[in-house]
Amino acid sequence: MNVSTGVRLTLRTVALGYLFVLLIVPIAVILFRTFEHGLGQFWEWITTPAAISALQLSLLIVAIVVPLNVIFGVVTALALVRGRFRGRGVIEAIVDLPFAVSPVVVGVALILLWGVGGWFGGVESLGFRVIFGLPGMVLATLFVTLPFIVREVEPVLHEIGEQQEEAASTLGANGWQTFWRITLPAIRWGLSYGIVLTVARSLGEFGAVIMVSSGFPGISQTLTLLVHSRYIDDYNEFGAYAAATLLMIVALVVLLLMTLLQRTRKSS
Amino acid sequence: MTTTSPVAGAISAPPDTPKAVRKFNKGAGGVGPIGLGIATLWLSIIVLLPLAAIVFKSLEDGPVTFWQAVTTPNALAALRITVVVSFIVAAINVVLGTLVAWVLVRDDFPGKGFVNALIDLPFALPTIVASIVLLSLYGPDSPVGIHISATQPALVIALLFVTIPFVVRQVQPVLIELDRDVEEAAASLGANNLTIFRKIVLPALTPAILSGGGLAFTRAIGEFGSVVLIGGNIPRETQVASQYIQQQIEVDAPVSAAAVSVVLLVIAFVVLFVLRVFGSRASKREEQNR
Repeated sequence: MNVSTGVRLTLRTVALGYLFVLLIVPIAVILFRTFEHGLGQFWEWITTPAAISALQLSLLIVAIVVPLNVIFGVVTALALVRGRFRGRGVIEAIVDLPFAVSPVVVGVALILLWGVGGWFGGVESLGFRVIFGLPGMVLATLFVTLPFIVREVEPVLHEIGEQQEEAASTLGANGWQTFWRITLPAIRWGLSYGIVLTVARSLGEFGAVIMVSSGFPGISQTLTLLVHSRYIDDYNEFGAYAAATLLMIVALVVLLLMTLLQRTRKSS
Repeated sequence: MTTTSPVAGAISAPPDTPKAVRKFNKGAGGVGPIGLGIATLWLSIIVLLPLAAIVFKSLEDGPVTFWQAVTTPNALAALRITVVVSFIVAAINVVLGTLVAWVLVRDDFPGKGFVNALIDLPFALPTIVASIVLLSLYGPDSPVGIHISATQPALVIALLFVTIPFVVRQVQPVLIELDRDVEEAAASLGANNLTIFRKIVLPALTPAILSGGGLAFTRAIGEFGSVVLIGGNIPRETQVASQYIQQQIEVDAPVSAAAVSVVLLVIAFVVLFVLRVFGSRASKREEQNR
């Protein structure tokens, strides 16, 4: 299909214009708004005690969620790719479920399961507060990030096949040795990509977390909740813009990492 | 898609005998029954049990209560607005997403790599940031004088923002793989561009376009963060299903929240199921054509 220059330029203009209006303009506006009072003001807004505690809480959640997802995600991917059992399709479908569930529904589901009167509501009487506490936010984040690592590691496992693992095993390596020396190095880029996606989603999750958090500034607010509450509760528009810009900078770093990792994966 | 030739299959067949499989399954990279057990337990606790709890709760007071909860005027309106707006968003994505993919694959211009990376931005950007970003442009202090916050067009824009990547990223790889010889052959036989696009390019892209559109739709019906600030949450006007559910939890009506949640889940599952059936049929047809 060799389109004329005129048509090609028209299509290009429409496509780029659409992306420009939808993506670039709003982001340019918020960057301008954030920094129109100067860099010092921005720094002040993101270093208030509430902001620092929100950042710490967000990072704490990431620090809990990522290792759990790495361990269970890799085990699940290995079980799905290397195992031969009935009902694999069912498990594959369950792994994809979180993509189809609204974040708010995730929050409601966790409240109904772990909250007062829920099936697991009993843990609260043991002094372990899940809903409106840190465990609830961790569970919510785990739910929404569960597919990422499994989905990124699975195709790599398929691709590398089993021959090297079989060879290692024939040469006397045990399961752990095979995993550390053969499987893990082979899946490292896919796994890294999955981790980047998990970190990004963990830092950015809002709907599921707001449902299960008590949302007190300085105690149970993550960065996304801080953006929301500054705008809605405090009418602190510029504080909200500053916190959003901080999250946006993190997102840009994530995007850069994603692009670099994809390039590394393609070349290796 | 790679297809193994029958010869290669015959050569690799002997090591795949059940005996060898059983031998190699132990410790050759697999995780065995214990690993499968751990994976199943993990998926159950994190994903399945919460969803089971929501379904159970929605039917706790019987099917009549369930029906009443999802057919109150506000619930029905929220569901209708959600589905209609998401459908519009998916349709716009189908057209403009395909166009963007086409430009990114077939066109060449300075800065293409940057634009290509930009497509993923909505996936990396937290949804609440998307909401506040759009609010700063289209909200009360709009620098361009467009005040559409708390209207249905605002919902469409917010959802378009977060769903851009779906169609583009589904169509792009198919377009790259597409054999251009067929298009050239058609052109040399006198077909014009429109005919080539309709008869050759579009049929090849249709599965990817539909799957991208379906994914965008399922994302849009559940979306919360990006519409929470700009949508306005006005019942029967701009309140979407996820906002209605949150409101029901706030007024301590968990059964009603669970019921509407179940409806939302069912819509998403039906769409994804249809896509999966359609996708496997399309790939079968493709294999038969080879």
